[in-house]
Amino acid sequence: MVKVTVDGIDVDVPPGSNVLQACEAAGIEVPRFCYHERLSVAGNCRMCLVEIEKAPPKPFASCAYPVNEGMVVHTDTPMVKKARAGVMEFLLINHPLDCPICDQGGECDLQDQAVGYGRDGSRYTEAKRAVKDKDLGPLVKTVMTRCIQCTRCIRFSAEIAGTPELGATARGEGMEVGTYVQKALTSELSGNLIDICPVGALTSKPYQFVARPWELKKTDSVDVLDAVGTNIRVDARGPEVLRILPRLNEDVNEEWLADKSRFSVDGLKRRRLDSCWVRRDGSLVKAGWEEAFAAIEGKLKGVAGERIGAIAGDLCDAESMLALKDLMSRLGSANTDCRQDGAALDAARREFYIFNTSIAGIEEADAILLVGSNPRREAPLVNARILKRWRAGGLKLASIGTVADLTYPVEMIGDGPAVLAALADGSHPFAAVLKAAKHPMVIVGQGALRRDDGAGVLAAAWAVAGAVGALGAEWHGFNVLHTAAARVGGLDLGFVPGPGGKSVAGMLGGGVDVLWLLGADEIDTSRIGANTFVVYQGHHGDAGAARADVILPGAAYTEKNGTYVSTEGRVQRGQLAVYPPGEAREDWKILRAFSGWLVKPLPYDTIEALRARLETVNPVFARLDILPRFGCSDAAGPAGAGLTGGAFRPAVANYYQTDVISRASPTMAACTAAYAAPVAVAAE
Amino acid sequence: MLSDADRIFTNLYGTGDAGLKGARSRGDWDGTKAIIERGREAIVEEMKASGLRGRGGAGFPTGMKWSFMPKTIGALPHYLVVNADESEPGTCKDRDIIRHDPHKLLEGCFIASFAMGAHACYIYIRGEFYNEAVALQSAIDEAYEAGLIGKNACGTGWDFDCYLHRGAGAYICGEETALIESLEGKKGMPRLKPPFPAAMGLYGCPTTVNNVESIAVAPTILRRGASWFSALGRPKNAGTKLFCISGHVNKPCNVEEELGIPLKELIEKYAGGVRGGWDNLLAVIPGGASVPVLNKATCDTILMDFDSLREVKSGLGTAAVIVMDKSTDIIKAIARLSQFYKHESCGQCTPCREGTGWMMRVMNRMVQGRATIDEIDTLEAVTRQIEGHTICALGDAAAWPIQGLIKNFRPVMEERIRAYKAQSGNGGRSMPLAAE
Repeated sequence: MVKVTVDGIDVDVPPGSNVLQACEAAGIEVPRFCYHERLSVAGNCRMCLVEIEKAPPKPFASCAYPVNEGMVVHTDTPMVKKARAGVMEFLLINHPLDCPICDQGGECDLQDQAVGYGRDGSRYTEAKRAVKDKDLGPLVKTVMTRCIQCTRCIRFSAEIAGTPELGATARGEGMEVGTYVQKALTSELSGNLIDICPVGALTSKPYQFVARPWELKKTDSVDVLDAVGTNIRVDARGPEVLRILPRLNEDVNEEWLADKSRFSVDGLKRRRLDSCWVRRDGSLVKAGWEEAFAAIEGKLKGVAGERIGAIAGDLCDAESMLALKDLMSRLGSANTDCRQDGAALDAARREFYIFNTSIAGIEEADAILLVGSNPRREAPLVNARILKRWRAGGLKLASIGTVADLTYPVEMIGDGPAVLAALADGSHPFAAVLKAAKHPMVIVGQGALRRDDGAGVLAAAWAVAGAVGALGAEWHGFNVLHTAAARVGGLDLGFVPGPGGKSVAGMLGGGVDVLWLLGADEIDTSRIGANTFVVYQGHHGDAGAARADVILPGAAYTEKNGTYVSTEGRVQRGQLAVYPPGEAREDWKILRAFSGWLVKPLPYDTIEALRARLETVNPVFARLDILPRFGCSDAAGPAGAGLTGGAFRPAVANYYQTDVISRASPTMAACTAAYAAPVAVAAE
Repeated sequence: MLSDADRIFTNLYGTGDAGLKGARSRGDWDGTKAIIERGREAIVEEMKASGLRGRGGAGFPTGMKWSFMPKTIGALPHYLVVNADESEPGTCKDRDIIRHDPHKLLEGCFIASFAMGAHACYIYIRGEFYNEAVALQSAIDEAYEAGLIGKNACGTGWDFDCYLHRGAGAYICGEETALIESLEGKKGMPRLKPPFPAAMGLYGCPTTVNNVESIAVAPTILRRGASWFSALGRPKNAGTKLFCISGHVNKPCNVEEELGIPLKELIEKYAGGVRGGWDNLLAVIPGGASVPVLNKATCDTILMDFDSLREVKSGLGTAAVIVMDKSTDIIKAIARLSQFYKHESCGQCTPCREGTGWMMRVMNRMVQGRATIDEIDTLEAVTRQIEGHTICALGDAAAWPIQGLIKNFRPVMEERIRAYKAQSGNGGRSMPLAAE
């Protein structure tokens, strides 16, 4: 450690730190614009100037100056104050000062720091610079005249997103940030540009002129639009969720958020189910809760347990899935399944279906094999972590599946499961790479499992992991990358066919007489038997609701307290930010109420009691937020054999529309129009 | 006055053959092998002892700069980069070296590269110097053919390659780290220091960047000895230097002279004197556009070396002497320089990016007198806010000419403002126009 004195406060900082970090360690705030702790140092805004003793008598940019033993730093001398005030004056002379009409107003670094270092009037009487705005696509709005050329966005797109599309053209006063040739940003992380831009140059296009930050109620929650478990903050005004921002979690999303999770927010108020509906004479009619419950009860009468089934969708919280499972067992049914896409996930042991290495653990890996997975589309933040690891150097990557631009180079070693056998017996050259690696990883995507031979692929991938030494006592390198936020939770609580129960395929095609869809919209509803009575419980009028005989309006993830388990097995809780619209209710309450209607009440009246029941079903639900990492204790793999061949197909065809919320979102529709080319999907 | 025997650049005016044969007749490439055989340490020590200070403008001791390179060659190769991006307004010395004495430069490149453990040298030449690049390339080809450079250069057993790279015409690429960026194929923007190029330079490898003149004088110093060189000039300002005299003189010229020669002597002896006589002198910019201007009183006595000019708060810079007689509109002259710096700022650091434009606009008004007296103080304050607050020295270079103007010619500026006020009668201040 290096000893540094900042304004008389002694701090010890790691060698290689910069002076700005030392100041932060001492609890002293240093104003900055270009410096960002996750980006490379540019040192160009010159706002973080400090004075250093025994150095030339001039201010130094603290972000770019390394610490030395015994260094004495001053941040409050007249020289420092004068220097910072000078820089602030320069930043403001060509800034439009249009704060009243700027969306960044109230959360603008320039605004905040101008309070501390700005003058009360301007000495600049010349004409100000104006810069033409750039069109960066449907998500990011630009007002380039406000740009202070800090280059954070340029560095973010090159270093974090891996899409080096932004750059600065021209020089001096004429320097402009842009895409060289006008084009839409192609990154799935482009929304983060809005967060890192210290001024109002890059703001959210869908959110423009919507609200001021001080009007918003902020609720910490968890994202469900992919399986990463991104920590988010839901900003709402009254009954309306207006925007979603990332929350810091070093182990999951660092401080980033994927575009779908950020911008699907306008889908939360469109196509909503806000009352019960009952099908009469072929068409759906609005109804009250009693009427809806009575219709279901009437239909259930005399139906044997094995002719009743339930499918849980991709966005469900664990509480409602457990309540539905309990309800099904009270009705005598073992027909429950949460794998609506038919993926061959093996619930026998937890390590067969989670991302065992953990997302943060990717940074320790030195060789990665992707099996039927495109992490850029399936989990952009996992992809960002792989890119981060790749940029650190020494990571070798190979992929089996469809050729795709993952933002880092990947060796394509095959398109289907055939190559897995060669990897397992060591005859493929990449097997040696994995074997030589200290921390090899195998990542199996849903594209590899949504197949007839999915179980065989899962077993073969496990065998590869075992053969290359990825299943050690200290290092677990076998990973399943999910795309659905509900999936791991559903598997954890056993929302799979019980003894003699039917899977999704068995329930479709007339396998059951009554089918309860809990937010299940990704199934092919045309395959549901013509005489099957469908209850759809969910929040959006999508495929499931269109086929339903009774619709029970549920709550979206921003409208309920729910537990979700991410792909890496991390148990996290989302919180209610706004109340569900109209007659809609939290899903577990609907199920509890219906069980009471049937006079078979579920044994919990409060969410605490339900959560206590969750913990008895599977103790992992008691382990909130923390994720202990385990090695592999048992090398025996999942059951499953037989590979039929045929290329893996992408699990996510269109990143921007994968679920009911994003399909209801006009912003995501605009993104689809701008970016997505139709691609065949595995489950089609 | 420097005797002809002590001149290093004996073909400065292109009177002789610039090719290898002519260069050899002037003593270049003579005993190069013997110099190399003295070894790295000895060469660097000799250079240190000679007291040679960098000829590119900053005047950093060249021998010391060479000694910063790692003593042993590690995993990364070492590089020598020669800065031939001569863009400082008023400066034209490197151009004549390359035109008329390219072999001095090439021999220097070889010796300097050997002295710092480099097997490769890049000469970054200003893009506008097309003919010079052609001439230098033919000299390089000649040297390769003669076995002076290339594999086993001069029979010393040291492999040495020399590459010529043409810039694209940006002043900032004369700053050493911006030059390195540009050489790597990136936008020419100065890098943060530390790390310094000697630790992490071209492609992240140890690199030394030297001016053409610093490198070109090295072989002669090593042949004639450090004591010969250090005996010339003044203490701590040793040796000879190329001066580029331009502007309102009767005979603008490049000339090699000892450091410490009086400015008046330099102008009168070599440049045929100031147009209209010494008393017609208004001001001199002694070291290229970026150093503060001197008034006549200072010019009468000032000696032309690093430390003397430092004392009067100016600088030797590249020793490009720009002479202005009394017909000059000094405010307009400096305003033109402000325009130059505004145009050449890379746009990286806030103070320089925003400040150069601000200064240019105020200076343009000052030319007309369309300003108020207190704006002179504001302008001075703005230059102080830029100076020393940026990554590279372009900010300083943009600020100094204006500081020099205000220091020496403030009455002229005030008079201009009063005249404008009297003429326009609206307080001298009009609304800035959108189209400006």
